[in-house]
Amino acid sequence: MEKADYSQYAVVMKGITKRFPGVLANDHVDLFVKKGEIHAIVGENGAGKTTLMSQLYGLIRPDEGKIYINGFEKQIRNPNDAIEAKIGMVHQHFMLVDRLSVVENIVLGKEPVRGPFFDLNRSRKEIRELSKKFGLLVDPDAIIEDLPVGMQQRVEIIKVLYRGAEILILDEPTAVLTPQETNELFEILKNLQKQGRTIILITHKLNEVMAITESVTVMRLGKVTGVVRTSQTNPNQLANMMVGREVLLTVEKDKAHPGEEILQVKNLVVKENRGIEAVRGLSLSVRKGEIVGIAGVAGNGQTELTEAITGLRKVESGKIIFKGEDITNYSPKKRREMGMGHIPEDRLKHGLIKLFPVYYNFILGEHDDSKFSDGVFLKIEEIKKFSEELVKRFDVRPPKIDLLGMNLSGGNQQKVIVAREIAFNPVLMIVSQPTRGLDVGAIEFIHKTLISMRDKGIGILLVSMELEEIFSLSDRILTIYEGQIMGETTPDKTTPEEVGLMMAGHKLEDIRQEA
Amino acid sequence: MNVKKYLLNEKVIISLLSVLISLVIAAIVMIVIGKNPLVAYAALFYGAFGTKEAIIDNLMKASPLILTGLAVGFGFRAGLFNIGANGQVIIGALLSAYVGTLVGSYPFFLSIPLVMIAGMLGGAAWAAIAGWLKAYRGAHEVITTIMLNYVATFIANYVVNGPFQAPGGVPKSPSIAYSAQFPNIMSVGATSLSTIIFVSLAAIVVIYVIIQRTTIGYEVKAVGFNPYAAEYGGISIGKNVVLAMAISGALAGLAGTTQVVGVYGRYFGALGGSMGFDGITIALIGQNDPIGIALAAFLISSIRTGSNQMQIAGVPKDLVVIIQGIIIFLVAANRIIKTIRIRRRKEAEA
Repeated sequence: MEKADYSQYAVVMKGITKRFPGVLANDHVDLFVKKGEIHAIVGENGAGKTTLMSQLYGLIRPDEGKIYINGFEKQIRNPNDAIEAKIGMVHQHFMLVDRLSVVENIVLGKEPVRGPFFDLNRSRKEIRELSKKFGLLVDPDAIIEDLPVGMQQRVEIIKVLYRGAEILILDEPTAVLTPQETNELFEILKNLQKQGRTIILITHKLNEVMAITESVTVMRLGKVTGVVRTSQTNPNQLANMMVGREVLLTVEKDKAHPGEEILQVKNLVVKENRGIEAVRGLSLSVRKGEIVGIAGVAGNGQTELTEAITGLRKVESGKIIFKGEDITNYSPKKRREMGMGHIPEDRLKHGLIKLFPVYYNFILGEHDDSKFSDGVFLKIEEIKKFSEELVKRFDVRPPKIDLLGMNLSGGNQQKVIVAREIAFNPVLMIVSQPTRGLDVGAIEFIHKTLISMRDKGIGILLVSMELEEIFSLSDRILTIYEGQIMGETTPDKTTPEEVGLMMAGHKLEDIRQEA
Repeated sequence: MNVKKYLLNEKVIISLLSVLISLVIAAIVMIVIGKNPLVAYAALFYGAFGTKEAIIDNLMKASPLILTGLAVGFGFRAGLFNIGANGQVIIGALLSAYVGTLVGSYPFFLSIPLVMIAGMLGGAAWAAIAGWLKAYRGAHEVITTIMLNYVATFIANYVVNGPFQAPGGVPKSPSIAYSAQFPNIMSVGATSLSTIIFVSLAAIVVIYVIIQRTTIGYEVKAVGFNPYAAEYGGISIGKNVVLAMAISGALAGLAGTTQVVGVYGRYFGALGGSMGFDGITIALIGQNDPIGIALAAFLISSIRTGSNQMQIAGVPKDLVVIIQGIIIFLVAANRIIKTIRIRRRKEAEA
């Protein structure tokens, strides 16, 4: 065998193969990442991107194949080996201890000490400096579980930087960021690149790939389907390599024909976990057959708003009226029975039971319906038949209904949730971050599904951190800032810049007055 | 699920290997103290299965252990650690004994169901207190069930020394009506095989069906695996915590009842023994699977029944406690066995 010279590469993965029960997640994958470049790995859900990176970071070990770091072969048996090789990873699902503070999470495993004592002050100072340097401002003493998803991600990024990583792996880092924050992140990444660091970016967003990377590896069904220089490709070509067919990157829809008001929220006040008011006197309404988009930066009360509407969080004051009935104090079950569907923001917390097989997850919330239960016994045959149909209709991969929820990729878990919520024919859908972390094909599918639901007369409240998604789907756009609505507009009467200003706390009338 | 798949299930293998390894370790201990492990195990086996009496004794020991094992195991399924099975056994036994003294004029087909329902309700209500405290007051069930064990013990001590005492000044209840007693299948010498064994066998089937096939089982498991998702799915966490505790308690209460109606014919102080705590051991070894629990209960009853014979053969009977301890240790720390297996598989491939 020839001895290749990999010294110009920060990372080389050669012939990586990884099998899971019934799935070939990586099939002889090669990856070449040059020193100091930003390299994107793109691909559909279940294409094996995260699996590949988990092997580089030592979370799982490859069945076959070799890894070279800076030209030398390295055995990466666990994350400690990876950290020693100066590899850091920011995961899609954050690896943070909820009950600990920001600073405690960041220093975890590398706690600074003074004599026998834990020197938290020193780390606090170091972290302040780091976060200032990279523009990732967080309160070092905040408790993780009180922070919104967007802030938690900042903590993850600082954590990796704190360990002095030279090679950074970021798994879907922009999924929860606003356009402004995304731009800031890109600035940081470019700075890091200038300082000679290497960055591997797992993403589905092709415009990001085009904006920031030097080269791209495209994966599909566990195999590499293309390696290109970013300057020599375009989003359409990448999308083709990802899904093996042409995809629509914009959503086609007709004008909405809204009917009567189905949901009214009046002067709603909801507290977050720390007891601070997160939703502060908010009012809105949703009519049948329209999509109302809530734009906003993560952590401005969206989570609390959707949880209050769906009955998962206590309402302090104000009213929620659904189908003309005051449901403010109704149980989640009652709301569901009245026809309220919910695609939750955090799929692993609320949406899915990881230790249930897929066919059990498909009936969550409907398990006591006469379709699936005779009152005492589950109709297992019917449930399985129903699940087989959904798996086919929503192209869940692998199409095995016996698989446990935890064994599906993130995108396929989301497909299971969306399929389930659509299948029970709701009249109102509360949709939160429906395409977070999904690939182009799945996003297209879910967007089309939401539009067709709207056209069937279902009212949809859509909360999304993706401005693009808000703009392409919504019939009306409300922008939320610190628990209040900054203004209502429609996609054709506004611009992303205007909404961006509202997301930063400016009222619509003030913006328009100034203009 | 077919038989082969079931047997090759990782959980089954972990339990089987745990038992095997613990027997080997105990054998090493015996060699260290200068005993012959082969002789000891032969005696243990003979003591548990060698005679008709031994087998009957063994089955009668296993019978209530199956029920308390199912009780604790069902709680685990809902994410609840019911340490209070002992108290639930006592309350169930007490209540069934009381009803048993009232049904003398009824035919057996009425009196037997009545005592059984009384025993199950007693255990269920006792456990539901802890369930309610957890669901609506946030009190941890480990604390409350332990406390309720003491309360149950003292209540029982009081009533069998006072209002519910049999004549003669002994702390035991009057004997229950003949029509409420379970008949014996056979008797050998002083030991009898009671029909209560069928109650335990039926409970295995019923619990298996509840867990695998019913809406209640679905909800209880959902709450146990992920309470957030359960709540999202419209499943009431509070209701299911109380319900799961009640079902768990009903099984423990039933264990107490079987001792009243099938073994002693009355309530007396030491009737429950430590069968509630043994239930924890058994649920762990049986990995919360009804069939696994039945086998684990039989394993524990076998080594206990056989231990006397082992003592006679000159090996201290306390050794079975060591065996039991090591099994639990290995099952609980199941990664030890998983690691050994993975390493062996890799070596085999290499």
